[in-house]
Amino acid sequence: MSLLKKVFLVDLFQGLWVTFRNQHPKYIYTEQYPAERPKVAERYRGAPRLNINPDNGETLCIACNLCALACPETLIVVTSERNEATKRKELTTFTYDTSRCMFCGLCEDACPVDALELTQDFEMATYTREGQIWDRQTLEEGPKPTQYKC
Amino acid sequence: MSETTFLDSTELVLNMGPQHPSTHGVLRVILKLDGEKVLGTDCVIGYLHRGVEKIGENRTYAQFNPYVDRMDYVAAISNGLGYCLAVEKLLSVEVPARAQCVRVILTELNRIASHLLWLGTHALDIGAITPVFYCLREREEALKIFEKYCGARLTTHAFRIGGLQYETYDGFEQDIRDFNKWFLPKVDEYEELLTNNRIWVGRLKGVGILSGDECKEYGVTGPVLRAAGVKWDIRKALPYSGYEKYEFDIPIRENGDTYDRYIVRMQEMRQSVRIMAQAVEAIPEGPIMGKVGKVIKPAVGEAYVSIEAPKGELGYYVVSDGSTQPYRLRVRPPSFVNLQALDRMVAGGLIADVVAIIGTLDIVLGEVDR
Repeated sequence: MSLLKKVFLVDLFQGLWVTFRNQHPKYIYTEQYPAERPKVAERYRGAPRLNINPDNGETLCIACNLCALACPETLIVVTSERNEATKRKELTTFTYDTSRCMFCGLCEDACPVDALELTQDFEMATYTREGQIWDRQTLEEGPKPTQYKC
Repeated sequence: MSETTFLDSTELVLNMGPQHPSTHGVLRVILKLDGEKVLGTDCVIGYLHRGVEKIGENRTYAQFNPYVDRMDYVAAISNGLGYCLAVEKLLSVEVPARAQCVRVILTELNRIASHLLWLGTHALDIGAITPVFYCLREREEALKIFEKYCGARLTTHAFRIGGLQYETYDGFEQDIRDFNKWFLPKVDEYEELLTNNRIWVGRLKGVGILSGDECKEYGVTGPVLRAAGVKWDIRKALPYSGYEKYEFDIPIRENGDTYDRYIVRMQEMRQSVRIMAQAVEAIPEGPIMGKVGKVIKPAVGEAYVSIEAPKGELGYYVVSDGSTQPYRLRVRPPSFVNLQALDRMVAGGLIADVVAIIGTLDIVLGEVDR
Protein backbone atom coordinates (compact mmCIF):
# COMPACT_ATOMS: atom_id res chain seq x y z
CA MET A 1 0.00 0.00 0.00
CA SER A 2 2.69 2.44 1.01
CA LEU A 3 4.70 1.43 -2.04
CA LEU A 4 1.72 2.19 -4.29
CA LYS A 5 1.29 5.55 -2.54
CA LYS A 6 4.93 6.25 -3.21
CA VAL A 7 4.76 5.28 -6.88
CA PHE A 8 1.66 7.34 -7.58
CA LEU A 9 3.02 10.40 -5.70
CA VAL A 10 -0.04 10.51 -3.44
CA ASP A 11 1.61 12.87 -0.94
CA LEU A 12 2.54 15.40 -3.60
CA PHE A 13 -0.90 15.38 -5.23
CA GLN A 14 -2.49 15.82 -1.82
CA GLY A 15 -0.49 19.01 -1.38
CA LEU A 16 -1.22 20.19 -4.92
CA TRP A 17 -4.93 19.74 -4.28
CA VAL A 18 -4.64 22.14 -1.33
CA THR A 19 -2.91 24.76 -3.47
CA PHE A 20 -5.47 24.25 -6.24
CA ARG A 21 -8.38 24.71 -3.82
CA ASN A 22 -6.90 27.96 -2.53
CA GLN A 23 -6.80 29.45 -6.03
CA HIS A 24 -10.49 30.20 -5.88
CA PRO A 25 -11.07 33.97 -6.36
CA LYS A 26 -12.94 34.24 -3.06
CA TYR A 27 -9.67 33.62 -1.24
CA ILE A 28 -7.95 36.66 -2.75
CA TYR A 29 -6.45 38.63 0.08
CA THR A 30 -4.35 41.31 -1.59
CA GLU A 31 -5.32 44.91 -0.94
CA GLN A 32 -4.78 47.31 -3.85
CA TYR A 33 -3.30 49.90 -1.53
CA PRO A 34 -3.46 53.44 -2.91
CA ALA A 35 -6.73 52.75 -4.69
CA GLU A 36 -8.24 50.77 -1.85
CA ARG A 37 -7.40 52.22 1.54
CA PRO A 38 -7.28 49.87 4.49
CA LYS A 39 -9.78 50.49 7.23
CA VAL A 40 -7.85 50.46 10.47
CA ALA A 41 -9.40 49.61 13.79
CA GLU A 42 -11.15 52.17 15.95
CA ARG A 43 -8.45 51.96 18.61
CA TYR A 44 -5.60 52.23 16.11
CA ARG A 45 -2.66 54.22 17.43
CA GLY A 46 -1.50 56.38 14.54
CA ALA A 47 -0.68 60.02 13.97
CA PRO A 48 -1.04 62.21 17.06
CA ARG A 49 -3.63 64.96 17.15
CA LEU A 50 -4.15 67.85 19.52
CA ASN A 51 -7.89 68.26 19.84
CA ILE A 52 -9.58 71.64 19.69
CA ASN A 53 -12.93 72.61 21.04
CA PRO A 54 -15.22 72.59 17.96
CA ASP A 55 -17.44 75.33 19.39
CA ASN A 56 -14.89 78.10 19.83
CA GLY A 57 -11.74 76.76 18.18
CA GLU A 58 -9.71 76.90 21.36
CA THR A 59 -7.36 74.09 22.26
CA LEU A 60 -8.45 71.55 24.85
CA CYS A 61 -4.88 71.26 26.13
CA ILE A 62 -4.38 72.67 29.61
CA ALA A 63 -0.56 72.55 29.34
CA CYS A 64 -0.22 70.24 32.34
CA ASN A 65 2.89 68.57 30.85
CA LEU A 66 1.77 65.06 31.91
CA CYS A 67 2.17 63.67 28.38
CA ALA A 68 5.76 64.91 28.23
CA LEU A 69 6.48 63.20 31.54
CA ALA A 70 4.80 59.95 30.51
CA CYS A 71 6.64 59.67 27.20
CA PRO A 72 9.44 57.06 27.32
CA GLU A 73 11.36 58.87 24.60
CA THR A 74 10.73 62.39 26.00
CA LEU A 75 9.80 63.63 22.55
CA ILE A 76 7.01 65.98 23.60
CA VAL A 77 7.85 69.55 24.56
CA VAL A 78 5.08 71.69 25.98
CA THR A 79 5.49 75.36 26.76
CA SER A 80 2.91 77.58 28.38
CA GLU A 81 2.51 81.02 29.85
CA ARG A 82 0.38 82.31 32.65
CA ASN A 83 -2.56 84.46 31.65
CA GLU A 84 -2.70 87.26 34.19
CA ALA A 85 -6.37 88.03 33.53
CA THR A 86 -7.71 84.49 34.18
CA LYS A 87 -4.78 83.32 36.37
CA ARG A 88 -4.53 80.10 34.30
CA LYS A 89 -1.78 78.46 32.30
CA GLU A 90 -2.27 78.76 28.59
CA LEU A 91 -0.60 76.65 25.93
CA THR A 92 1.85 78.47 23.68
CA THR A 93 3.74 75.77 21.73
CA PHE A 94 3.44 72.02 21.54
CA THR A 95 6.17 70.05 19.72
CA TYR A 96 5.85 66.36 18.96
CA ASP A 97 8.75 64.55 17.29
CA THR A 98 7.06 61.75 15.35
CA SER A 99 10.38 60.43 14.04
CA ARG A 100 11.17 59.08 17.51
CA CYS A 101 7.64 58.08 18.41
CA MET A 102 6.87 54.38 18.84
CA PHE A 103 3.11 54.89 19.20
CA CYS A 104 2.91 53.20 22.56
CA GLY A 105 -0.03 55.36 23.59
CA LEU A 106 1.29 56.31 27.02
CA CYS A 107 0.86 60.05 26.32
CA GLU A 108 -2.72 59.49 25.30
CA ASP A 109 -3.39 57.53 28.50
CA ALA A 110 -1.76 60.24 30.60
CA CYS A 111 -3.81 63.12 29.17
CA PRO A 112 -6.42 64.16 31.76
CA VAL A 113 -8.63 66.13 29.34
CA ASP A 114 -8.46 63.97 26.16
CA ALA A 115 -6.65 66.70 24.30
CA LEU A 116 -3.83 64.55 22.93
CA GLU A 117 -5.04 61.58 20.97
CA LEU A 118 -3.51 59.01 18.62
CA THR A 119 -5.75 58.91 15.59
CA GLN A 120 -6.44 56.49 12.78
CA ASP A 121 -4.23 58.37 10.30
CA PHE A 122 -1.26 56.26 9.36
CA GLU A 123 0.24 58.04 6.33
CA MET A 124 2.88 60.22 7.90
CA ALA A 125 5.73 60.12 5.38
CA THR A 126 7.59 63.37 4.71
CA TYR A 127 10.43 64.40 2.44
CA THR A 128 12.56 65.92 5.19
CA ARG A 129 13.60 64.98 8.69
CA GLU A 130 12.39 68.33 9.96
CA GLY A 131 8.98 67.54 8.56
CA GLN A 132 8.67 64.73 11.09
CA ILE A 133 8.77 67.19 13.97
CA TRP A 134 5.24 68.42 14.30
CA ASP A 135 4.35 71.75 15.79
CA ARG A 136 1.07 72.77 17.32
CA GLN A 137 -0.52 73.72 14.03
CA THR A 138 0.29 70.40 12.34
CA LEU A 139 -0.92 68.52 15.38
CA GLU A 140 -4.23 70.33 15.32
CA GLU A 141 -4.76 69.97 11.58
CA GLY A 142 -3.43 66.44 11.15
CA PRO A 143 -1.29 65.04 8.32
CA LYS A 144 -2.28 65.75 4.72
CA PRO A 145 -1.28 62.73 2.66
CA THR A 146 -1.39 62.92 -1.12
CA GLN A 147 -4.52 61.34 -2.52
CA TYR A 148 -3.66 59.52 -5.74
CA LYS A 149 -6.21 59.06 -8.48
CA CYS A 150 -6.30 55.48 -9.62
CA MET B 1 40.65 17.53 11.42
CA SER B 2 41.81 18.97 8.14
CA GLU B 3 43.91 16.01 6.99
CA THR B 4 40.80 13.90 6.32
CA THR B 5 39.01 16.43 4.15
CA PHE B 6 37.45 15.67 0.81
CA LEU B 7 40.01 15.41 -2.05
CA ASP B 8 42.70 16.56 0.40
CA SER B 9 41.48 20.10 0.10
CA THR B 10 42.00 22.46 2.98
CA GLU B 11 39.27 23.41 5.37
CA LEU B 12 37.09 26.14 3.89
CA VAL B 13 35.76 28.94 6.05
CA LEU B 14 32.55 30.44 4.77
CA ASN B 15 30.50 33.31 6.13
CA MET B 16 26.76 32.84 6.20
CA GLY B 17 25.00 36.06 7.01
CA PRO B 18 24.46 38.65 8.42
CA GLN B 19 22.53 39.44 5.25
CA HIS B 20 21.56 35.88 4.46
CA PRO B 21 17.79 35.51 4.14
CA SER B 22 17.61 32.16 5.89
CA THR B 23 19.39 33.30 9.03
CA HIS B 24 16.10 35.02 9.97
CA GLY B 25 17.55 38.42 10.59
CA VAL B 26 21.10 39.46 11.22
CA LEU B 27 22.75 36.32 12.48
CA ARG B 28 26.21 35.64 11.14
CA VAL B 29 27.35 32.04 11.15
CA ILE B 30 30.98 31.24 10.34
CA LEU B 31 30.96 27.78 8.81
CA LYS B 32 34.02 25.55 8.67
CA LEU B 33 33.47 23.37 5.66
CA ASP B 34 34.86 20.26 4.09
CA GLY B 35 33.19 20.41 0.71
CA GLU B 36 29.50 20.37 1.53
CA LYS B 37 30.02 18.94 5.01
CA VAL B 38 30.00 21.25 8.01
CA LEU B 39 32.84 20.66 10.46
CA GLY B 40 31.93 23.39 12.87
CA THR B 41 30.00 26.61 13.26
CA ASP B 42 30.65 29.83 15.04
CA CYS B 43 27.82 32.27 15.66
CA VAL B 44 28.46 35.99 15.67
CA ILE B 45 25.61 37.87 17.28
CA GLY B 46 25.06 41.46 18.30
CA TYR B 47 24.16 43.09 14.99
CA LEU B 48 20.79 44.06 16.40
CA HIS B 49 21.99 45.02 19.87
CA ARG B 50 20.12 48.02 21.21
CA GLY B 51 20.93 47.72 24.90
CA VAL B 52 17.37 47.05 25.97
CA GLU B 53 18.41 46.00 29.48
CA LYS B 54 20.29 49.26 29.92
CA ILE B 55 17.37 51.27 28.55
CA GLY B 56 15.28 49.60 31.25
CA GLU B 57 17.50 51.09 33.94
CA ASN B 58 16.80 54.58 32.61
CA ARG B 59 13.03 54.35 32.29
CA THR B 60 10.29 54.12 34.84
CA TYR B 61 8.55 50.76 35.19
CA ALA B 62 5.57 51.84 33.10
CA GLN B 63 7.72 53.55 30.48
CA PHE B 64 9.80 50.43 29.86
CA ASN B 65 6.73 48.38 29.01
CA PRO B 66 6.63 49.23 25.26
CA TYR B 67 10.31 48.37 24.87
CA VAL B 68 9.88 44.71 25.80
CA ASP B 69 7.64 44.29 22.75
CA ARG B 70 10.65 45.05 20.61
CA MET B 71 12.71 42.09 21.78
CA ASP B 72 10.75 39.18 20.42
CA TYR B 73 8.70 41.25 18.03
CA VAL B 74 6.95 38.20 16.63
CA ALA B 75 5.49 37.42 20.05
CA ALA B 76 5.27 40.88 21.59
CA ILE B 77 2.33 40.03 23.80
CA SER B 78 4.19 37.18 25.52
CA ASN B 79 7.07 39.55 26.25
CA GLY B 80 4.70 42.11 27.69
CA LEU B 81 3.08 39.46 29.87
CA GLY B 82 6.43 38.31 31.25
CA TYR B 83 7.52 41.83 32.13
CA CYS B 84 4.20 42.78 33.68
CA LEU B 85 4.15 39.59 35.78
CA ALA B 86 7.67 40.29 37.03
CA VAL B 87 6.86 43.84 38.13
CA GLU B 88 3.54 42.70 39.61
CA LYS B 89 5.42 40.12 41.66
CA LEU B 90 7.78 42.84 42.83
CA LEU B 91 4.82 45.02 43.82
CA SER B 92 2.85 42.00 45.15
CA VAL B 93 -0.22 43.13 43.24
CA GLU B 94 -3.12 40.81 42.57
CA VAL B 95 -4.29 40.95 38.96
CA PRO B 96 -8.11 40.78 38.59
CA ALA B 97 -9.50 37.51 37.24
CA ARG B 98 -10.96 39.20 34.17
CA ALA B 99 -7.61 40.67 33.22
CA GLN B 100 -5.90 37.31 33.71
CA CYS B 101 -8.38 35.60 31.44
CA VAL B 102 -8.05 38.17 28.66
CA ARG B 103 -4.28 37.97 29.01
CA VAL B 104 -4.36 34.21 28.50
CA ILE B 105 -6.52 34.53 25.38
CA LEU B 106 -4.27 37.14 23.79
CA THR B 107 -1.07 35.32 24.71
CA GLU B 108 -2.32 32.10 23.18
CA LEU B 109 -3.42 33.95 20.05
CA ASN B 110 0.06 35.41 19.90
CA ARG B 111 1.55 31.93 20.24
CA ILE B 112 -0.43 30.90 17.17
CA ALA B 113 0.73 34.00 15.28
CA SER B 114 4.34 33.30 16.22
CA HIS B 115 4.16 29.64 15.24
CA LEU B 116 2.51 30.59 11.94
CA LEU B 117 5.36 32.90 11.06
CA TRP B 118 7.82 30.19 12.07
CA LEU B 119 6.05 27.59 9.91
CA GLY B 120 5.91 29.89 6.90
CA THR B 121 9.55 30.93 7.00
CA HIS B 122 10.80 27.48 7.92
CA ALA B 123 8.98 25.95 4.98
CA LEU B 124 10.31 28.72 2.77
CA ASP B 125 13.86 27.87 3.87
CA ILE B 126 13.33 24.21 3.06
CA GLY B 127 11.97 25.10 -0.38
CA ALA B 128 8.20 24.93 0.02
CA ILE B 129 7.07 28.35 -1.14
CA THR B 130 3.31 27.97 -0.76
CA PRO B 131 2.86 27.60 3.04
CA VAL B 132 4.27 31.07 3.75
CA PHE B 133 1.39 32.72 1.91
CA TYR B 134 -1.22 30.69 3.74
CA CYS B 135 0.49 31.20 7.10
CA LEU B 136 0.71 34.96 6.70
CA ARG B 137 -2.91 35.03 5.58
CA GLU B 138 -4.01 33.30 8.77
CA ARG B 139 -1.64 35.37 10.89
CA GLU B 140 -3.30 38.46 9.49
CA GLU B 141 -6.57 37.48 11.16
CA ALA B 142 -4.81 37.15 14.51
CA LEU B 143 -3.14 40.52 14.03
CA LYS B 144 -6.50 42.08 13.18
CA ILE B 145 -7.82 40.96 16.56
CA PHE B 146 -4.79 42.54 18.24
CA GLU B 147 -5.37 45.74 16.31
CA LYS B 148 -9.01 45.86 17.30
CA TYR B 149 -8.15 45.16 20.92
CA CYS B 150 -5.22 47.47 21.57
CA GLY B 151 -4.63 49.51 18.42
CA ALA B 152 -1.39 47.99 17.18
CA ARG B 153 -0.60 44.85 15.25
CA LEU B 154 2.97 43.91 15.99
CA THR B 155 4.43 45.86 18.91
CA THR B 156 1.19 45.84 20.76
CA HIS B 157 1.80 47.23 24.25
CA ALA B 158 -1.38 45.42 25.20
CA PHE B 159 -0.86 44.86 28.92
CA ARG B 160 -0.07 47.31 31.67
CA ILE B 161 1.44 46.62 35.07
CA GLY B 162 -1.45 45.54 37.27
CA GLY B 163 -3.83 44.43 34.56
CA LEU B 164 -5.06 45.80 31.28
CA GLN B 165 -5.38 49.29 29.89
CA TYR B 166 -8.12 48.51 27.43
CA GLU B 167 -11.46 46.85 28.04
CA THR B 168 -12.31 44.18 25.48
CA TYR B 169 -14.12 45.62 22.49
CA ASP B 170 -17.67 44.67 21.52
CA GLY B 171 -17.60 41.34 19.77
CA PHE B 172 -14.21 40.26 21.11
CA GLU B 173 -15.53 36.92 22.30
CA GLN B 174 -17.25 36.28 18.99
CA ASP B 175 -14.08 37.17 17.08
CA ILE B 176 -12.09 34.64 19.10
CA ARG B 177 -14.76 31.96 18.62
CA ASP B 178 -14.84 32.63 14.89
CA PHE B 179 -11.07 32.50 14.71
CA ASN B 180 -10.97 29.15 16.53
CA LYS B 181 -13.59 27.65 14.29
CA TRP B 182 -11.93 28.96 11.14
CA PHE B 183 -8.36 28.21 12.13
CA LEU B 184 -8.42 24.49 12.94
CA PRO B 185 -9.18 23.39 9.33
CA LYS B 186 -6.29 25.60 8.26
CA VAL B 187 -3.88 23.63 10.46
CA ASP B 188 -5.16 20.47 8.78
CA GLU B 189 -4.41 22.14 5.47
CA TYR B 190 -0.79 22.83 6.44
CA GLU B 191 -0.45 19.26 7.58
CA GLU B 192 -1.82 18.06 4.26
CA LEU B 193 0.76 20.19 2.49
CA LEU B 194 3.75 19.19 4.57
CA THR B 195 3.44 16.30 7.02
CA ASN B 196 3.51 13.52 4.43
CA ASN B 197 5.31 15.42 1.71
CA ARG B 198 8.34 13.35 0.77
CA ILE B 199 10.62 16.32 0.22
CA TRP B 200 9.67 17.78 3.59
CA VAL B 201 10.14 14.47 5.39
CA GLY B 202 13.39 13.77 3.55
CA ARG B 203 14.84 17.13 4.44
CA LEU B 204 13.79 17.10 8.10
CA LYS B 205 13.87 13.52 9.44
CA GLY B 206 17.05 12.81 11.36
CA VAL B 207 18.41 16.32 10.86
CA GLY B 208 19.72 18.32 13.81
CA ILE B 209 19.12 15.72 16.48
CA LEU B 210 19.36 17.03 20.02
CA SER B 211 18.62 14.52 22.79
CA GLY B 212 16.76 15.38 25.96
CA ASP B 213 19.90 15.26 28.10
CA GLU B 214 21.78 17.53 25.73
CA CYS B 215 18.84 19.95 25.78
CA LYS B 216 19.02 20.09 29.56
CA GLU B 217 22.78 20.63 29.50
CA TYR B 218 22.45 23.53 27.10
CA GLY B 219 19.42 24.95 28.87
CA VAL B 220 17.35 24.66 25.72
CA THR B 221 13.62 25.09 26.34
CA GLY B 222 10.37 25.29 24.48
CA PRO B 223 9.32 23.10 21.56
CA VAL B 224 12.94 22.04 21.00
CA LEU B 225 13.05 20.48 24.47
CA ARG B 226 9.61 18.95 24.15
CA ALA B 227 10.46 17.37 20.80
CA ALA B 228 13.30 15.56 22.59
CA GLY B 229 10.84 13.83 24.92
CA VAL B 230 11.09 16.06 28.00
CA LYS B 231 7.66 17.01 29.29
CA TRP B 232 8.42 20.52 30.51
CA ASP B 233 6.07 23.40 30.01
CA ILE B 234 6.04 26.36 32.41
CA ARG B 235 2.31 26.74 31.89
CA LYS B 236 1.86 23.36 33.62
CA ALA B 237 4.94 23.26 35.84
CA LEU B 238 4.70 26.74 37.37
CA PRO B 239 1.29 28.05 36.32
CA TYR B 240 0.91 31.80 35.97
CA SER B 241 -1.96 34.08 35.01
CA GLY B 242 -4.50 31.35 35.76
CA TYR B 243 -3.23 28.67 33.38
CA GLU B 244 -4.01 25.99 35.98
CA LYS B 245 -7.72 26.53 35.23
CA TYR B 246 -7.49 25.37 31.64
CA GLU B 247 -7.25 21.87 30.34
CA PHE B 248 -4.61 21.22 27.71
CA ASP B 249 -1.93 18.69 26.84
CA ILE B 250 1.78 19.18 26.41
CA PRO B 251 2.66 17.70 23.03
CA ILE B 252 5.90 15.75 23.14
CA ARG B 253 7.90 13.62 20.70
CA GLU B 254 10.86 11.32 21.24
CA ASN B 255 13.42 11.69 18.47
CA GLY B 256 14.38 15.33 18.93
CA ASP B 257 14.98 15.91 15.23
CA THR B 258 13.74 18.74 13.06
CA TYR B 259 10.67 16.83 11.92
CA ASP B 260 9.59 16.20 15.51
CA ARG B 261 9.94 19.86 16.36
CA TYR B 262 7.65 20.61 13.43
CA ILE B 263 5.07 18.14 14.72
CA VAL B 264 5.29 19.52 18.27
CA ARG B 265 4.69 23.09 17.10
CA MET B 266 1.73 22.05 14.96
CA GLN B 267 0.23 20.29 17.97
CA GLU B 268 0.89 23.35 20.11
CA MET B 269 -1.19 25.50 17.79
CA ARG B 270 -4.11 23.10 18.27
CA GLN B 271 -3.63 23.18 22.02
CA SER B 272 -3.60 26.97 21.96
CA VAL B 273 -6.94 26.95 20.18
CA ARG B 274 -8.20 24.60 22.89
CA ILE B 275 -7.07 26.96 25.68
CA MET B 276 -8.59 29.95 23.93
CA ALA B 277 -11.88 28.13 23.44
CA GLN B 278 -12.06 27.38 27.17
CA ALA B 279 -10.96 30.85 28.25
CA VAL B 280 -13.32 32.76 26.01
CA GLU B 281 -16.35 30.99 27.50
CA ALA B 282 -15.20 31.80 31.02
CA ILE B 283 -14.25 35.48 30.94
CA PRO B 284 -15.42 36.70 34.36
CA GLU B 285 -16.97 40.10 34.92
CA GLY B 286 -15.15 42.60 37.05
CA PRO B 287 -12.40 45.18 37.04
CA ILE B 288 -9.45 44.95 34.63
CA MET B 289 -6.89 46.85 36.68
CA GLY B 290 -5.42 45.85 40.02
CA LYS B 291 -4.51 48.23 42.82
CA VAL B 292 -1.51 49.99 41.31
CA GLY B 293 -0.74 53.62 42.01
CA LYS B 294 -0.11 56.23 39.35
CA VAL B 295 3.59 56.16 40.19
CA ILE B 296 4.98 52.65 40.35
CA LYS B 297 7.51 52.55 43.16
CA PRO B 298 8.21 49.02 44.41
CA ALA B 299 9.96 48.35 47.71
CA VAL B 300 13.61 47.28 47.70
CA GLY B 301 13.78 43.73 46.44
CA GLU B 302 14.00 41.51 43.40
CA ALA B 303 11.71 39.27 41.42
CA TYR B 304 12.17 36.65 38.74
CA VAL B 305 9.29 35.40 36.65
CA SER B 306 9.50 33.00 33.78
CA ILE B 307 6.72 32.25 31.33
CA GLU B 308 6.29 29.88 28.44
CA ALA B 309 6.77 32.09 25.40
CA PRO B 310 6.27 30.53 21.93
CA LYS B 311 10.02 30.00 21.66
CA GLY B 312 10.69 28.65 25.13
CA GLU B 313 11.22 29.86 28.66
CA LEU B 314 11.20 33.64 28.80
CA GLY B 315 12.40 35.06 32.10
CA TYR B 316 12.42 38.57 33.52
CA TYR B 317 14.56 39.43 36.52
CA VAL B 318 13.90 42.85 38.01
CA VAL B 319 15.86 44.38 40.89
CA SER B 320 14.41 47.39 42.65
CA ASP B 321 16.28 49.86 44.81
CA GLY B 322 13.10 51.57 45.94
CA SER B 323 13.08 54.23 43.23
CA THR B 324 10.77 54.62 40.26
CA GLN B 325 13.27 52.99 37.90
CA PRO B 326 14.58 49.43 38.02
CA TYR B 327 18.09 49.10 39.45
CA ARG B 328 18.83 46.20 37.15
CA LEU B 329 16.75 44.43 34.57
CA ARG B 330 17.80 41.14 33.08
CA VAL B 331 16.00 39.21 30.38
CA ARG B 332 16.44 35.51 29.83
CA PRO B 333 15.45 35.18 26.20
CA PRO B 334 14.65 31.71 24.89
CA SER B 335 16.15 32.32 21.43
CA PHE B 336 19.53 33.35 22.84
CA VAL B 337 19.83 30.18 24.89
CA ASN B 338 18.46 27.91 22.17
CA LEU B 339 20.86 29.33 19.59
CA GLN B 340 23.91 28.03 21.43
CA ALA B 341 22.85 24.47 20.66
CA LEU B 342 23.27 25.22 16.95
CA ASP B 343 26.85 23.98 16.79
CA ARG B 344 25.96 20.66 18.43
CA MET B 345 22.95 20.17 16.14
CA VAL B 346 24.77 21.03 12.94
CA ALA B 347 27.92 18.94 13.57
CA GLY B 348 28.44 16.54 10.69
CA GLY B 349 25.54 17.88 8.65
CA LEU B 350 25.44 19.64 5.30
CA ILE B 351 25.12 23.35 4.55
CA ALA B 352 21.49 22.87 3.61
CA ASP B 353 20.91 21.33 7.05
CA VAL B 354 22.27 24.48 8.70
CA VAL B 355 19.45 26.40 7.05
CA ALA B 356 16.90 23.85 8.23
CA ILE B 357 18.27 23.88 11.78
CA ILE B 358 18.32 27.66 12.10
CA GLY B 359 14.73 27.58 10.91
CA THR B 360 13.68 24.92 13.37
CA LEU B 361 15.26 26.71 16.33
CA ASP B 362 12.81 29.54 15.66
CA ILE B 363 15.12 32.34 16.67
CA VAL B 364 14.27 36.03 16.55
CA LEU B 365 17.39 38.13 16.43
CA GLY B 366 15.76 41.03 18.22
CA GLU B 367 15.60 38.76 21.22
CA VAL B 368 19.02 37.17 20.80
CA ASP B 369 20.83 40.51 20.71
CA ARG B 370 18.36 42.52 22.80
